[in-house]
Amino acid sequence: MVQLNTKIGSLELKNPVMTASGTFGYGTEYSDFMDISRLGAIIVKGTTLAPRQGNPYPRMAETPSGMLNAVGLQNKGVDYFVDHIYPEVRKIKTNIIVNVSGSCIDDYVQTAGIINTLDDIPAIELNISCPNVKQGGMAFGVKPESAAQVVSAVRKAYDKTLIVKLSPNVTDITEIARAVEGAGADSVSLINTMLGMAIDAERRKPILSTITGGMSGPAVKPVALRMVWQTAKAVKIPVIGLGGICSATDAIEFLLAGASAIQIGTANFIDPSISEKVIDGIADYLQRHGFNSVQDIIGALETN
Amino acid sequence: MKKYQTDMVVLDNRMVGSSATLLTLQFPGTLPDMIAGQFAELQVPSAKVLLRRPISIHAIDREKNLVEFLIQIVGQGTESLAAAKPGDKINVLLPLGNGFGYRTTHVAKPLLIGGGVGVAPLLFLGQEFAEHGIRPTFLFGGRNESLILRKEEFQKYGDLFMTTEDGSAGEKGFVTNHSLLLDSENFDRIYACGPTPMLKAVAKWAKEHETVCEVSLEHRMACGIGACLCCVEDTADQGNVCVCKEGPVFEIERLKWFN
Repeated sequence: MVQLNTKIGSLELKNPVMTASGTFGYGTEYSDFMDISRLGAIIVKGTTLAPRQGNPYPRMAETPSGMLNAVGLQNKGVDYFVDHIYPEVRKIKTNIIVNVSGSCIDDYVQTAGIINTLDDIPAIELNISCPNVKQGGMAFGVKPESAAQVVSAVRKAYDKTLIVKLSPNVTDITEIARAVEGAGADSVSLINTMLGMAIDAERRKPILSTITGGMSGPAVKPVALRMVWQTAKAVKIPVIGLGGICSATDAIEFLLAGASAIQIGTANFIDPSISEKVIDGIADYLQRHGFNSVQDIIGALETN
Repeated sequence: MKKYQTDMVVLDNRMVGSSATLLTLQFPGTLPDMIAGQFAELQVPSAKVLLRRPISIHAIDREKNLVEFLIQIVGQGTESLAAAKPGDKINVLLPLGNGFGYRTTHVAKPLLIGGGVGVAPLLFLGQEFAEHGIRPTFLFGGRNESLILRKEEFQKYGDLFMTTEDGSAGEKGFVTNHSLLLDSENFDRIYACGPTPMLKAVAKWAKEHETVCEVSLEHRMACGIGACLCCVEDTADQGNVCVCKEGPVFEIERLKWFN
């Protein structure tokens, strides 16, 4: 048997496959289609201090090999999560990670502080990269100074594993990664969606209610892979890779590029049992190539 | 209700009218329970199309374990589905969504209103009423006669009335102008599916005549199971909710546009 287990800071994962925030609900939406407890972790929907209605419909456009979304962090707020969702998700026998978002530093700090008290949530993923909200979100994640500021403020209020999700909508993602590493992040996950746009030529109107939205899916994979490779060389903390992963081969490419774990996002919409297939596919690959552990392929890209 | 992900085999796929296809798929094993108004997410057999297509269940055959889909061809996804050949396999998620509320409410005189391909889920609903000894009334509208699909099939289960904008079949005008609606006592509940302007006109009529009305919405979806939050509709009681999970059928009182 090959070893699939990996670590993100002090967080132990039984395998490197996680599901990305906003693409897997609270996990239970998928339990008719697969055994969700097999996942390394489930990252649940972006949670904010106050409830958010999100953006008006239409929020989604399909694009060649990808999609745009403009959901805008719709969620019922952290108190509702604690009272109604946490008691259910804590029963799932894998790591449940909460994605935390906010419009100002104090929002992030308060939300993270509340989640810090939940015994069965071993980590948060700080979302400083949502392109779909007017205030905050991505605004924090596009400058090293503001990224570091929000991360160090949250670090003081949160003592478990702190993952920071980075935006690809920047000139140099390694600069942001180094800044959040310096501010106390245990890990970075990348990439969040790329800012994009779709137009209905017949109606001469944008397809999304917000005009622009976040692009995901196989079309962004080469960009994500490049950014993960650059970032893994630039920081010492573990990197979690995501962006267009649709198969075990895609996942292995991210591991080779230096990711210690990966997330599956848009592919969950295409095949709701894909993450289970990716876990099995990674094990097959390791066996086929004579590796004992997934650790043997992390960052094992041969460039000369 | 348990949801299934399975490969289904194409038994038949043929054009109905000039821009719709009737796709018949074989379920492997015993067909699970499903409610009229529910839908399926069909994987598109084309590398050019990424997302599944949400298609309402048009009819089922419980003896042969078949599911029929009436699909309007509107773009690359539905074109590829229309091109599927007998023997091909299509990966399907089903049954999804809530369906019409006929199993939990007593109805004696149902009126099923459809516009365009919005008639699709109403055949299954008609089947269900007929099985319970209730003869539904169908009222369908379209721009012309050729756009009112599968008339003979509907007539097996109930009485079919039509309106067309050019007067080529039934009464000239929109469904809400039909003489059938002159006496609101004729019906105790309306089930409607079709373009939004039609649904709004039907909802307005229902409100004026104090008739309970359920409408089935067609929104752009990604996951189909309430995970991505893309297909939302604004409701009076809960704000934005997923049409794929809380719907696609809503009693009109819940909808913000109605209030």
